[in-house]
Amino acid sequence: MPSLTQYTGQALLYAAFAAAIGTLASWPEHAQLPAGSAQIKLAFNHSGARVEDCRRLTAQELSKLPSNKRKPNDCSRERVPIAIQLMIDGNLLYEAVLQPSGLSSDGQAKTYQKFTVPAGRHVILARLRDSKRAEGFDYESKFEGELSSRQNLAIDFKAEQGGFLFR
Amino acid sequence: MHFLRIPLRTGFDAGERFLALAFPANANPLLNLGALGFFFYWIVTVSGIYVYVFFDTGVTQAFASIEYMTNEQWYAAGLMRSLHRYGSDALVFVMLLHILREFSRDRYRGVRWFSWVTGVPVLLFIYIAGISGYWLVWDSLAQYVAIVSTEWLDHLPFFGQPLARNFLSPETLESRFFTLMIFMHIAVPLIALVGLWLHLQRVSKPRINPPRELAIGTALALLALSAIYPATSQGAADLAKVPGSIGLDWFYLGAYPLLETLPGPVTWSTAVTLLIIMAAIPWLPPMKRQRAAVVDLANCNGCARCMNDCPYSAITMQIRSDGRPFEGEAVVDPDLCVACGICAGACPTSTPFRRLSDLVPGIDLPDRSIAAIRADVEDEGARITGPARIMIFGCINAGVAMACRSDNVGVVSLNCAGQLPPSFIDYVISQKLADGVIIAGCSENSCHNRFGARWTADRLASERDPHLRTRVPRERHMAVWAGRLGASMLRREIYKLSARLAALGPFKPKSPVSGVMAAEEKSDA
Repeated sequence: MPSLTQYTGQALLYAAFAAAIGTLASWPEHAQLPAGSAQIKLAFNHSGARVEDCRRLTAQELSKLPSNKRKPNDCSRERVPIAIQLMIDGNLLYEAVLQPSGLSSDGQAKTYQKFTVPAGRHVILARLRDSKRAEGFDYESKFEGELSSRQNLAIDFKAEQGGFLFR
Repeated sequence: MHFLRIPLRTGFDAGERFLALAFPANANPLLNLGALGFFFYWIVTVSGIYVYVFFDTGVTQAFASIEYMTNEQWYAAGLMRSLHRYGSDALVFVMLLHILREFSRDRYRGVRWFSWVTGVPVLLFIYIAGISGYWLVWDSLAQYVAIVSTEWLDHLPFFGQPLARNFLSPETLESRFFTLMIFMHIAVPLIALVGLWLHLQRVSKPRINPPRELAIGTALALLALSAIYPATSQGAADLAKVPGSIGLDWFYLGAYPLLETLPGPVTWSTAVTLLIIMAAIPWLPPMKRQRAAVVDLANCNGCARCMNDCPYSAITMQIRSDGRPFEGEAVVDPDLCVACGICAGACPTSTPFRRLSDLVPGIDLPDRSIAAIRADVEDEGARITGPARIMIFGCINAGVAMACRSDNVGVVSLNCAGQLPPSFIDYVISQKLADGVIIAGCSENSCHNRFGARWTADRLASERDPHLRTRVPRERHMAVWAGRLGASMLRREIYKLSARLAALGPFKPKSPVSGVMAAEEKSDA
């Protein structure tokens, strides 16, 4: 039978155990962003144009194919890379050429980038090229506004919705 | 690895001795880490089931339902939520200590590799389960955990589109994600339970429940913590904002600031390397093992005591193969035997009094045989002198006995205290090889071979076969469960026994003619 001193010792040790659990369960705190900063996240998946244009098969060519494989167009699988450029207040923030995914380079090109910028008023220009052209861009959008501290400005791209989406 | 094990072991030994000041030997928390892990697992399971009743999956519903539990039903669901969280923290805490302690005691190599290796995925599953639980709250901590986790996973080339895109902005988040997470949060702990079952497959008589007083104490401590400092959410998640200062649960999320800042290839290669090292550690380097115990059928009567006492389930009883009229015979699986010698200590034929035939017990260790122990006893007995000669049978894992060897103290090493057949105490005293005997083993309830100290104490107390004969004077022997840090404790006990033996004078066996011996022999029978 433990003595009163031992019971007291046990109580103190249980309290220390609980205190250690309770403390490390939420302390010390961690801050992801420095104070007075905002975050810009650029993330999208997008397929570039085909490297070769689709060719319409002739009736003669179609007749040679098995009936279950008679697609009117013959398209190459390979896609062009996507060129992306992000400028902030006239300065280049990010520029890349995103390769299409897949063994045959026929998948979507993708990117997921995070940038920490000072909170405040900014002009952000996003440009993207997904065609076979060598220079210039097919899409361009501008965001002009105030980024508050800890704000997360997401820049998505959806061609069917007209291009860049600032959210 | 020795250089890592020694300081760790010293630390754990010191910790055990410190906790022994307050806790009874059987309820010392450091000696019950595995059982405590199981206990916390059940606390988390029961509290989780309760919380699940009130939990709602959905982008806005998840946070709202947890807020309801915490604020409206704080006395029940809120308390259960806190218990769920703190119980899972306590589970990780004791699990990590359990791993370190087993490592420090070199209980992960040799035949024990299986328990170690099967424990590695359990550790992983417990972490996955805990981390997935944090997502479900959908507060700013959940947002942080979800984003950092998915960004980290996105470094793998498996995913068609980045998982982290799901958390790009409020518009991209879908409720079905929560359904997936709740499924994970329930399925993964169940897989961990299967892993735990596997983990114990090669452990004989595993202790999966802590002593009642320890269970009550830890449960009350967690309950009190839950009531005084309830777990709360850290503000609803808002993907349009980066979470500010967040209170991280360092038990589960300690690595997250590193995942967030270091390049993905670095963190992934580090994590995979650590995991591989952890799984391969039993062979880095492999344990140099003594040869396994061997059965001598000519001396085995199939009593099964060796099988009952083996802590590693290395012995089974099979049908007699030599035609002798016994029920069975012991068979040793060399892959499971660690050569602790507890089986030889249990064998009724391991008696040093045998002179007419060679001392070959029914089961014995080739590298530390009972005959060799008897030879050492006789050599040490011939060496020691003085009015109070003491023979110490010292377990090599406790490792303190040899330091006490002197002119009047002889030391004989055993692979484990349980290797000593009680008849050796009788032999030493009755043959006047020493005036008294000490068995020095690992600290109480901390036997390197799990049951060696316990079986020895039971045998000496005539509660387990083979018994110590009643004719052996109890005042002339003692067991000292001192452990590695117990040199001073052992010296103190040697001093006390020396004083007692000096007062008692030389041992004088009782004459069989007096009839006392006959009566005692009858009670022995």
